[in-house]
Amino acid sequence: MDALPYTTTIRPDTGLTNPKLGIWLFLASEVMLFGSLFSAYALLRTGAPSWPDQSAVLNVPLATLNTVILISSSVTMVMAWAGAASGKLSRYRLFMGLTLLGGALFLVVKVIEYSEKFSHGLYPSTNNFLALYFTMTGLHAIHVIAGMVVNAYLIGPGTRMWTRDHLRFTNRIEIAGIYWHFVDVVWIFLFPVLYLL
Amino acid sequence: MSGPGTNTHAVNVRGYLMVFATLMVLTIITVAVASLNLSEGTTVLVAVSIATIKAALVAMFFMHLKSEKPMVFWPLGLTAVLFAALFAFLLWTEGDHLFGTKFSDAFGSAPKTSEPGGH
Repeated sequence: MDALPYTTTIRPDTGLTNPKLGIWLFLASEVMLFGSLFSAYALLRTGAPSWPDQSAVLNVPLATLNTVILISSSVTMVMAWAGAASGKLSRYRLFMGLTLLGGALFLVVKVIEYSEKFSHGLYPSTNNFLALYFTMTGLHAIHVIAGMVVNAYLIGPGTRMWTRDHLRFTNRIEIAGIYWHFVDVVWIFLFPVLYLL
Repeated sequence: MSGPGTNTHAVNVRGYLMVFATLMVLTIITVAVASLNLSEGTTVLVAVSIATIKAALVAMFFMHLKSEKPMVFWPLGLTAVLFAALFAFLLWTEGDHLFGTKFSDAFGSAPKTSEPGGH
């Protein structure tokens, strides 16, 4: 399994490991993906003759709870990496487990929110604001699920690498963490833009 | 564990917890300011500014950008420019009523009103 070069050693011409440069290039494309939706939101809202009172339509306390959950899961993710980097397997497992739990709780709250909207007859087709709300939060939720799949692998079968190639394993946690923190950053902007403004 | 040629950042648990506490305080401030019924412009400015500070804290400390190599910042810098462009383009269509300026007037190509009694 030495097909992938520079997974733990620094590649001289970039000064980075390949996975590190790879995740940042991927996240650069992700910024543009979400950026296009944020600019679509700005265009539709500034061009609209009237706009719904967002905080009255959406559930601000639930979204605040979700913000706390996702930020907490970001902290537990970096603590999981810190546990792995320090060679403490039980610490790593604890914090990675908590990160997964945070992701799951976030999705549960999201399902509650969506159900609440649907039960009130509020759908993406209702108006431009709800179309943007469901598109942006839905795309974000898909990213949460993707991150959870990776994290579940890393706390499950992926842990085999802990003893075989510990440094590479730690780097994997860091890379997965960078992605997870990005998902957190997207929510940090989604929360005020969709719920509070 | 870290050494030359490897890829590890210093572990700083106390620092992570301090960033976490700061993020929580900023979240509370965001919600509190939004409930103050300030003008729309002020609310947007405060909310987006606080969100940017929170995002910067996460990026610098949790994503290790604070101690990252220069090569990471090249694609990110380009992305920042393109991201800004996405919003700059809005000015072509929305600048008029957002800022009260008439871009067509500014460039001297505003169509003249020819209606009787028009201004």
